[in-house]
Amino acid sequence: MMESSETSAQAGETVTVSLTVNGEPRQLQVTPNVVLLDALRDDLRLTGTKKGCDHGQCGACTVHVDGKAVNSCLRLAVMCEGRHVTTVEGLARDGQLHPVQRAFLEHDAYQCGYCTPGQMMSAAALLEDERIAADDASVREAMSGNLCRCGAYKNILEAIQDARRDVTAGTGEGA
Amino acid sequence: MRSFAYRTAEDISQAVTTHGADDHVAYVAGGTTLLDLVKLDVMRPSQLVDINRLPLSEVETLDDGRLRIGATVTNTDLAHHPEVKARYPLLSQALLSGASTQLRNMATTAGNVMQRTRCPYYRDASAACNRREPGSGCDAMHGINRMHAVLGVSDACIATHPSDMCVAMAAIGATLTLEGPEGVREMAFNDFHRLPGEQPEKEHELRPGELITHVTLDTPVEGAGAHYLKLRDRASYEFALASAGAVVAVEDGMIREARLALGGVATKPWRAHEAEQALHDQPASIETFEMAAEAALQDAVPHEHNAFKIPLARQAIVRALREACKDAENANPQR
Repeated sequence: MMESSETSAQAGETVTVSLTVNGEPRQLQVTPNVVLLDALRDDLRLTGTKKGCDHGQCGACTVHVDGKAVNSCLRLAVMCEGRHVTTVEGLARDGQLHPVQRAFLEHDAYQCGYCTPGQMMSAAALLEDERIAADDASVREAMSGNLCRCGAYKNILEAIQDARRDVTAGTGEGA
Repeated sequence: MRSFAYRTAEDISQAVTTHGADDHVAYVAGGTTLLDLVKLDVMRPSQLVDINRLPLSEVETLDDGRLRIGATVTNTDLAHHPEVKARYPLLSQALLSGASTQLRNMATTAGNVMQRTRCPYYRDASAACNRREPGSGCDAMHGINRMHAVLGVSDACIATHPSDMCVAMAAIGATLTLEGPEGVREMAFNDFHRLPGEQPEKEHELRPGELITHVTLDTPVEGAGAHYLKLRDRASYEFALASAGAVVAVEDGMIREARLALGGVATKPWRAHEAEQALHDQPASIETFEMAAEAALQDAVPHEHNAFKIPLARQAIVRALREACKDAENANPQR
């Protein structure tokens, strides 16, 4: 994580950021004021990650950085040097949907779908986090940073608890 | 987002040197407050100094029993740290009641200490705000001030300090280690945040270029129970209308020691000294708790929409004290 060299950029100066995105080494050409969300969408054309509020209030932009769910709208791309980033495009592996994706499909855990990538990234992270209890109240609390204006919360919760069975059975990929 | 320069620092002295005690340079760790406010044009740094590579990500128990927390320990990692859960449950509860999973994964200990108010007039660059633009006035004073403070207010500012973590630290007692161009110094946590007074723009006692490197928690009160109660408009992912953090040690039905701090109602993390005095050596009863709650709010100053916070905070105090006493009983059944 700390192996990378010093980074220094003037305002407006483009620098190269090397990181791993969905398992593949990638390079970003960004100025210091570009957030990870915009770099993923505009530079890497990974448009599954959505921009909602752009202020860390809605969770639509949730991705994993080094396995942890974060708001990519509040993380500078230049701060991701050497990091491992997973987006919704990286959840499925070897042509197999992630258990969370399969469960969202089966439980109709969305209406318009705009918040769904962020919801699924938070869900995939919480199922791997032993510090978060498995009961419904704990899951709702852990998911509260992902807003759904359509109000699909009930089905989202059901989907996550269903996916939990696959993940704990060891068939999940762990994202 | 406006443009700024960016540099990483490899060690503390390099970070301080790079900062150069320049008002337009900001340290960045989690960035959750900073980048939000840069996007709103409320903060306007010309350069950021990234401190994430500094060796400040450890939590360690010192020989004297205190707990030393590095600046960049995330809110999530601190809340779940075994020493924090076992010895400082108030801090763990407070941290987990704040923000969202994603934000706690990013937000750091020092960054949370430096968290800015959520006052909507502070966050709106076109509104009058003495905290953001000294001398411009305060649109909250006669505006929509339901979320604003009733303790520690001044004619210049009634903005609420938003942190839950800081309320727990105010109750527990802590020391900040600060490093800057003039060297290293320590400061009591409760001396760090300033009341707004006539200069609300001066939010804290940091000197130019100083960096918070550690927060060291006082040794826990022996045999005490603890409870953090947060009352808010929705059950999760919302700032407090009123919160109370209580640490209480009870012996033979009498309160041996009590620590109480309030959030959501004050302009800084609010240690309720008057309430603590009302609790000391008194029976651990609802009547005592109600007297303490009365004492805590005796100097409260409401504005048009936030008078409800005074009884709400009193109730929060009574309930937090009651739960902390129950917790103490469960931890020490012989007492």
